[in-house]
Amino acid sequence: MNINIRKFYYGDIPEENNVTSLSQNSKTEKEWPLWEVFIRSKQGLDHKHAGSVHAADAQMAIENARDVYTRRQEGISIWVVESKHIHASNPEDADMFYEPASDKVYRHPTFYDLPDEIKHM
Amino acid sequence: MSTMHFSKNINNVLHLADSALILAQRNSEWCAHGPILEQDIAITNITLDLIGQARNFYQYAASLINSTNQKNETEDTLAYLRTEREFLNLLICELPNVDWAHTVVRQFLFSSFQQQLFLALQENTDDAIQAIATKSIKETNYHVKWSAEWVIRLGDGTLESRERTLNAIEALWPYTGEFFTNEPTDMMDVSLLKKAWLDKITNVFLEASLSVPENIFMHSGGKKGVHTEHLGFILSEMQYLQRMYPGAQW
Repeated sequence: MNINIRKFYYGDIPEENNVTSLSQNSKTEKEWPLWEVFIRSKQGLDHKHAGSVHAADAQMAIENARDVYTRRQEGISIWVVESKHIHASNPEDADMFYEPASDKVYRHPTFYDLPDEIKHM
Repeated sequence: MSTMHFSKNINNVLHLADSALILAQRNSEWCAHGPILEQDIAITNITLDLIGQARNFYQYAASLINSTNQKNETEDTLAYLRTEREFLNLLICELPNVDWAHTVVRQFLFSSFQQQLFLALQENTDDAIQAIATKSIKETNYHVKWSAEWVIRLGDGTLESRERTLNAIEALWPYTGEFFTNEPTDMMDVSLLKKAWLDKITNVFLEASLSVPENIFMHSGGKKGVHTEHLGFILSEMQYLQRMYPGAQW
């Protein structure tokens, strides 16, 4: 018998058409969706992943993120995205994804002769 | 303990402090009991904002009392050692939480009033009041936004959430008249705030497909120290420690 087991990695939450979400339907119906929160700090230029919140809609997600993750002046800008829209790389692909880069040190810009006038490099 | 009598502005400052403190004490009952973790934190944040506002007003009231009456009041003595009849908070602040709908409708009605009040007090001739209002209004703007969205979400939500919201409005509306009744000690004419407040409420209710009650009986008395039966219970819980162990600190 062919049993098809699908594994979902972090963030890759299926919309529908799969056994997992159907069997949990009665439970998940009452739960608000999960949102990933990205915060830009005062110093930072980029939004960094801060964590996640549950919320019924995007506006509520931003406000929940404000209440949960910026209480101690951590940020001046918030992005939220529903967790199901984030697609993650598969840890099993790590070998072919990341290993090949390990012996290619020439990709680091460390083989240049810097002129003496340039400081702080 | 004799009832304290203070001059003009002091009672009004105490009234502003008491309303913030008593609603904070009420809201704090949600701590660890919120409908969901994130909203538990949201209502607790609002509660902490209100306690901060109460502290600012109490500290100022204490300085006014001490400079005119040769007393030694502090924010703590004013919060923990005054009796029911000495509290001058709006009645709506002391009403029970009942459910989430009551809680967010009350917050919306009250914060929208505070918003208009602080907007006006930003122009007050008293520097301290002006400073507290300027600091507080940013917090209050968020309380209004947060609670308005909840009123819309519940009012225009499921049959049950709508039913609960209608019940909350019916129960709480009769306590909104007091927002706009003046006491001789008031430092501004609060009746002037009613139009802008009602406009805001009407717009949000419209979006939530709720209607604004008209021509119904309005309770009052909080600003005179005449309260509902609920305040005594709040105070006995809130003041228990200081009454039991006077001067206790942590």
